[in-house]
Amino acid sequence: MNLMEKVNKAQCRTDLTSFNVGDTLKVYSKIIEGKTERVQAFAGTVIAKKGSGIQETFTLRRIAFGQGMERVYPINSPRIVKIEVQKKGEVRRAKLYYLRDRAGKAARIKDQASN
Amino acid sequence: MKGLIGKKLGMTQVYDETGKITPVTVIQAGPCTVISQMTEENNGYSAVQLGFGERKAKNVSKAVKGHCAKSGKAENPPSVIREFRAEKDEKFELGSVLTVEQFKENDFIDVYGTTKGRGFQGVVKRYKFAGGRASHGGGWIRRPGSSGQRTWPGKVDRNKRRPGHMGNVTRTVQNLQLMRIGKEDNLLYVKGAVPGPTGGVVIVRSARKKVSA
Repeated sequence: MNLMEKVNKAQCRTDLTSFNVGDTLKVYSKIIEGKTERVQAFAGTVIAKKGSGIQETFTLRRIAFGQGMERVYPINSPRIVKIEVQKKGEVRRAKLYYLRDRAGKAARIKDQASN
Repeated sequence: MKGLIGKKLGMTQVYDETGKITPVTVIQAGPCTVISQMTEENNGYSAVQLGFGERKAKNVSKAVKGHCAKSGKAENPPSVIREFRAEKDEKFELGSVLTVEQFKENDFIDVYGTTKGRGFQGVVKRYKFAGGRASHGGGWIRRPGSSGQRTWPGKVDRNKRRPGHMGNVTRTVQNLQLMRIGKEDNLLYVKGAVPGPTGGVVIVRSARKKVSA
């Protein structure tokens, strides 16, 4: 194996649940406030996955208090404690940026038919 | 003397335990064999010659082979030989091997190498000149402008920045932090960028100016 691939692979996390664009996730991440550390959960829809390998990130979107909110997480960050897949969605594209222009019923994603 | 010859493998990023991302260049440094030593009484200065990599003996001139024979490398001569200044009374055994173990994490190092050649370039790319405006009349885009004054002094200032050959020169980047060391693969993870292309030869030495903690 190429040394550079080995370097990157060694850093990638393999312990997290895999998911796809369109899924609804709950991400538990460590937050450091001064000296204390706590775990915060953020639930939302995956609207994009970007990059590959060590640099991969994903974007979660949710509507909080009537306001759209997005967070970008690096997939391999040691700050992520746990990822729970709450719902698998069926989507036809890799980037769901169209959800930004929609609200309420129009912003729903079809559930994946279980097979 | 702390120094090694290495190969730039490329850039990536590392996480620390708090999840902070640092951009790093990965260098495969060493193992380097001590080929020859310069001493105060023989050469007037003290230094050590290190060899890195390998070449087929048939592709190396007799002179180089003979030079490497003293350190037992005549059969597989190094592809790169470089000299490093040493302390006055420092002693090196010919044929001994230096590895990344001489460095430790969070050390500061200098890295030098040959930058990528860019060919003949204009002043905008070469010296970050602003150039002219593209619209509203324009007619003066990416040009160097005036190169002097009037009849007096009647000449162009020395070192006036003009178009010309860019890159392919030796450059040193000082005070780079060592984020991590991969001992089994002889790897150095250096914070930030390093001159030259991926696969290029770079020289690593302890920082001249910043003292490592």
